[in-house]
Amino acid sequence: MNMEQRRKERLDRGIKVRTDSIYALMSVRELAYLTLPRFVLIVGMLVLPLAMPGMYWQRVVSIVCIYAILALSFDFLAHFVGLVSLGGAFFIGVGGYITAILNTSFGMPPLLSVPIAAVAGGLICTVLLLPCLPLRGVYFAIVTLMYPLAMGRIIEALDILGGTDGIMGLESFPNRWVEQYLVIVMVLVFLFGLRRLVNQDIGLVFRAVKDNDQAVKASGMSITFYKAIAVFIASGMGCLGGACLVHIYMWSGISLFALDFSILPIAATVIGGAGTLVGPVLGCFILVPISELLRAFGTLRIVFYSLILVGFIVVRSEGIMVYGQRKYHQFQRWVKV
Amino acid sequence: MSDEPILQVIEVTKTFGGILALNRVSFDVAEGEILGIIGPNGSGKTTVVNCITGFIRMSSGKVIFQGKDISGKPPHKIADRGLTRTFQIMRPYYSLAAYKNLVIPLFSPRAKRTGGWRGGGKLGDRDTVGIDILEEIGFERDSYVPYKLASTLPTGYLKRLELARCLALKPEVIICDEIFSGLSMSEIASMVPLIERLQMDGITLVMIEHRLRELFRVANRVMVLNFGEKIAEGSPDEVMASEKVKEAYFGSEDVEEVMNHA
Repeated sequence: MNMEQRRKERLDRGIKVRTDSIYALMSVRELAYLTLPRFVLIVGMLVLPLAMPGMYWQRVVSIVCIYAILALSFDFLAHFVGLVSLGGAFFIGVGGYITAILNTSFGMPPLLSVPIAAVAGGLICTVLLLPCLPLRGVYFAIVTLMYPLAMGRIIEALDILGGTDGIMGLESFPNRWVEQYLVIVMVLVFLFGLRRLVNQDIGLVFRAVKDNDQAVKASGMSITFYKAIAVFIASGMGCLGGACLVHIYMWSGISLFALDFSILPIAATVIGGAGTLVGPVLGCFILVPISELLRAFGTLRIVFYSLILVGFIVVRSEGIMVYGQRKYHQFQRWVKV
Repeated sequence: MSDEPILQVIEVTKTFGGILALNRVSFDVAEGEILGIIGPNGSGKTTVVNCITGFIRMSSGKVIFQGKDISGKPPHKIADRGLTRTFQIMRPYYSLAAYKNLVIPLFSPRAKRTGGWRGGGKLGDRDTVGIDILEEIGFERDSYVPYKLASTLPTGYLKRLELARCLALKPEVIICDEIFSGLSMSEIASMVPLIERLQMDGITLVMIEHRLRELFRVANRVMVLNFGEKIAEGSPDEVMASEKVKEAYFGSEDVEEVMNHA
């Protein structure tokens, strides 16, 4: 007799008014609901180095942050501008070599050479990528993959920029806390900055280029121009990461063009949740330490790494943050049908 | 000045491989008029629009807009001069809310230059202007409709959104590619006065249509294409009386009868 059926009902929390960009907060609780995750993220990032057991793991945090910057730049380009870029390694390499040259040949201190490398590197990458901007989707991805491979080979074959030995004897950052917190603050700034940017008017144009480039043309705007701006932002971020990396290692070599820098940010984006910006950062904080821990397995490392990746994709293919945000923003309850 | 046509299309030819899609099509559009372009499926109507607005490169011919040659210019430059178009298959930005869709044209150089829309700012002036334009075009301001994602809107609203995108640019000419198709009778009925009002506001319209009865209500002049060639031009009655049109467009059937079914 007891045949009553139940179903799950999902309700949005009532703090948004009409659109995604306007909130109506009625209580401290709702304010906390909105700000707490951001607060936890910021404080968590800032205390992370202090909680690490030793120098080795502090260094890992720095590397994670550089990957996180790359992943942010990938997520921005892929999901807000529609350019799937496999050029992460290229950005890292260009930024790294520029700061290495500025530091060793011109004697600039790292705190000066790094920002110059970011801007100059961004410009160089943008100019070099300009011919591929009309390409879309997988075609753009393949061509951008070519750049880091080509650069590595060119440096090796022509024996320029230190050849296979690389450029050695770079200055490190003034002290290790500067080094540590510089990259952490950069991740936070880029994370919140990009999220703000994509909701500004110019960010809407970027998203429109992804959604429907023909309509953007019909609106009297050059899509190549806006794609170039977006590539400059993303590649500048990548170059900044590369420049920091080089000063952390105090060495710049062709391994900067290694494909790890192109592939890992994408894996992190898939795991963390594409199009959320915070997801890729989270993905890096999961993937890079795992890859470090797996060093114990020696050559089998990549096998376990792949298994973990596959596991994530099978269990949560939408990405952790997409899932998490949905759960966080919605009530769920059982109701009688 | 007003004698000179605002848009002159001179002997435009387009070939796709060996297929002659447009064969030396020429026509003028006078300032402030509504020109209808009709023709059977595959007669080259959309190709003409694509050639004029630069979305495809014409094989030969010339397009003069406001006395200046615009042939071969990229689409965004042409739109920047005020020659705008809607798409037959609607192209909204599906991931954005309807009113946010209008931020993009309002952000364009032309809108910044000509519109007098005060743009930018933290309070989102472009959002406000966007909602104003949407209201003008038939989105109820106080409903949820303008705030909905474009992906959730029905065809009728998406067609209006296409028009709104053109209006945001303060255009001289709007080329409407089948703005009535896919709409219900009542939606069309509410769209017709909108078109008439645009004309009263001084905007020149070129309308490509299959819905002849509604088109003839608003169009001052009609041009007929068949197999990429212009076969007739004139007032709706003149064109429909033409033997060539009857033969090509309606086969050998009686035009009156087809009109009644339209």
